[in-house]
Amino acid sequence: MDSFWSVIFSTDFAFSVLRVTTPILLAALGALISNKAGIVNIGMEGTMLTGALTGVIVSAYTGSAWVGLLGAVMSGILLSAVLAYFTLKIKTHIILGGIAINMFASGGTVFILYMVSGDKGTSTSLQSKVLPNLHIPLLQDIPVLGPILSGHNVLTYISLLAVAGVYYLLKRTPLGLQLRSVGENPQAAQSVGISVVKIQTIALLLSGFFASLGGAFMSMGYLSLFTRDMTAGRGWIAIAAEALGGGSTVGTFVASLIFGATNAMANALQILKIPSELVATFPYAATVIGLLVYAIAETRRKKKKNS
Amino acid sequence: MQPQLLEMRKITKVYPNGVAANRNVDFALQEGEIHAVAGENGAGKSTLMKILFGMEEPSEGEILLRGERVRFQTPQDAIGKGIGMVHQHFMLVPSFTVAENMVLGMEPKKGLGIHVEEAVRMTQELSDKYQLAVDPTAKVESLSVGMKQKVEILKALIRGAKILILDEPTAVLTPQETEELFKQLLTLKREGHTIVFISHKLKEVKAICDRITIMRSGTTAGVFDMADITEQEISRLMVGRDVVLKYNKEEIFYGPPVLRVSGLTYVNALGKKALNDISLTVRAGEIVGIAGVEGNGQAELVKALTGGLEGKRQGSAAVNGSEIGNADMRAIRELGVSYVPEDRMSQGAAKEESISDNIISTRYRNGEWNRGLFLRGKKIVKLAEKLIEDFKVRCSGPAQPIGMLSGGNMQKVIVARECSTDPILLIAEQPTRGVDVGAAQLVHQKLLEMRSRNCAILLISADLNEIMELSDTLHVMYGGELVAKFDKPSKVTEEELGLYMLGLKNQHSTEERGGATDAEIL
Repeated sequence: MDSFWSVIFSTDFAFSVLRVTTPILLAALGALISNKAGIVNIGMEGTMLTGALTGVIVSAYTGSAWVGLLGAVMSGILLSAVLAYFTLKIKTHIILGGIAINMFASGGTVFILYMVSGDKGTSTSLQSKVLPNLHIPLLQDIPVLGPILSGHNVLTYISLLAVAGVYYLLKRTPLGLQLRSVGENPQAAQSVGISVVKIQTIALLLSGFFASLGGAFMSMGYLSLFTRDMTAGRGWIAIAAEALGGGSTVGTFVASLIFGATNAMANALQILKIPSELVATFPYAATVIGLLVYAIAETRRKKKKNS
Repeated sequence: MQPQLLEMRKITKVYPNGVAANRNVDFALQEGEIHAVAGENGAGKSTLMKILFGMEEPSEGEILLRGERVRFQTPQDAIGKGIGMVHQHFMLVPSFTVAENMVLGMEPKKGLGIHVEEAVRMTQELSDKYQLAVDPTAKVESLSVGMKQKVEILKALIRGAKILILDEPTAVLTPQETEELFKQLLTLKREGHTIVFISHKLKEVKAICDRITIMRSGTTAGVFDMADITEQEISRLMVGRDVVLKYNKEEIFYGPPVLRVSGLTYVNALGKKALNDISLTVRAGEIVGIAGVEGNGQAELVKALTGGLEGKRQGSAAVNGSEIGNADMRAIRELGVSYVPEDRMSQGAAKEESISDNIISTRYRNGEWNRGLFLRGKKIVKLAEKLIEDFKVRCSGPAQPIGMLSGGNMQKVIVARECSTDPILLIAEQPTRGVDVGAAQLVHQKLLEMRSRNCAILLISADLNEIMELSDTLHVMYGGELVAKFDKPSKVTEEELGLYMLGLKNQHSTEERGGATDAEIL
């Protein structure tokens, strides 16, 4: 047991929590934006995966990690645009649309990976680039905090800044106000001339943007290559984190951290003598428990409100 | 003749399903008037107004604004030309503040963000100018219905509305709030605004409007100066016959008590006494009315009687001596109770299903209507056909989905279903809300028929005319309590009822206070 606590209470562990949280947080922010506009984008997993592969391929061919990131983002936005076209324009059911995106991405990425690299499993044959880690001057010299907060991948910092950005966007900007009005009372939004379809399209594109950033982190930061189905349910965990966060930006951030911590714990405990198969279930078990707790709390709250 | 501010010429609207909601309708507004649009449900008022507000495009016809031809494809186009609409179901975002709702879609900016202070200032300024007092920083969900309506009116005005369309604005208001609204409308009129007032309530139309356009089955039945027409004439033009607002009630000797509620108290999850020591009796052949502003415990009372209340309660409620307790609606129906719910759309009917399926939904378990696993189809259709005829439901037949009927006809089906099971107790919650005069009258007559057949009826209604006319005994509910009881409801004035409904008067506490004063004198 001592070794357990020594693993958990170490700066390495705290560092890895932030690292592991990054893709979940980015995708959760995306899920938050689309949910606020009243449209549930369950295609996060597929969008992440697409972003991850596109980043690797584009960076390998251009030799630039940044161009790779741009490519990843473009692919995420494009995929969401397809989803928006199907669900908002020709009125396919959003859940079916999301499932299609996920299945398409799961199979499609392997297909494209095979075409490009001749390998169905990993992208080792591609000379893909990795986004840089940042060592922050001054901060890195502070004891405890320094090793935890400094030296992360640039996308980890972007994800933290994005929390503030999304908070400001939703709470303080005209777009955020319109987005929330569309989600809460679309008729009201329409009656003052707001185009519900336009706002929901923007929300879907933004959610695709954030999901693909999360995906790019997976293949160009967390790992330095693409492997098939490498997002391993993080898109779903992100949707769970958004729900657990009660639809608020801060709540989504905290919930993402919780899921990130269980994920990190699963990684860290693999060095101990706990069967790794069991440990690997932690993040998913945490998701189920988290959603259960959330659902119970929500039901109680609603009961209170109704009576 | 004054120049026309707005003219709609030969408007025809045919929906894709073939329903012609408007046929060659002419409608004109003069600057600075309050113009009533009256007509039954399904007469085409809403469609005409939707066309005027850009929510629907006419199949044929044209709109002229100050003599100039205009075309509204979206509400935004109409708003841009100075037309505003206050919808019956408020178009507000509950979690937003008043100011946020006001500026939605036209937010003042400071940098990238919304200039919140400016939004508040704009709201306050307009609120002061038109004497429509609202708190710009209050959350809309915390406002009363009357307040929300003010916000809606201000919302139209801030967008530069010169022509204001109000869709049945008084349907949700108390008499006092209605009076206040009328004052505000007159203020707006003085400021040069033109108001379109859609209403079923002829008295109100008569009181405030300058002219009236009457619509009937999709066409214009006439345009009149209000001074030249009586209420009786308006209602005759609307429904094609004289509406008798007085009903002939047979003298009846009440039977034994059917519903007996005593000391019913219910504390909701917020710790508020939603029901406070409610005691009442409904006898066979008696209509007991409960009047009150919505949200004063009527909903909880009905829930307590129909199996919808969760949690603990004190006191008792019994039908023919059987305690209702926590029984569910099916068990309660088996005691001989029928229930016409307030919300016909979600509670009263399954919209997608046929009229006959909706009729059978409360009784299909009964052996009379099934043969083991299968329903007796022919018999069910016969029942549906008979009820459609009895209740004069306008429809294409028993197989038509109930959701395609107009509100009034849908309600007739629901009332038909509930009356046709020979109940010993009928609970009718807002049975004529939002239905046309003809349907309302039919529902009223059916309720009186049930009364003659010795059914005990508990009538919960916000429509004072209805509840005063039909009730044999009338209670007023306020703050979870029954604050007044009248044995001759038709002798009470609306104003007096209003005082009880708003909690300004209370029969019980007046007596107590009287007692205390006596004691002091002694």
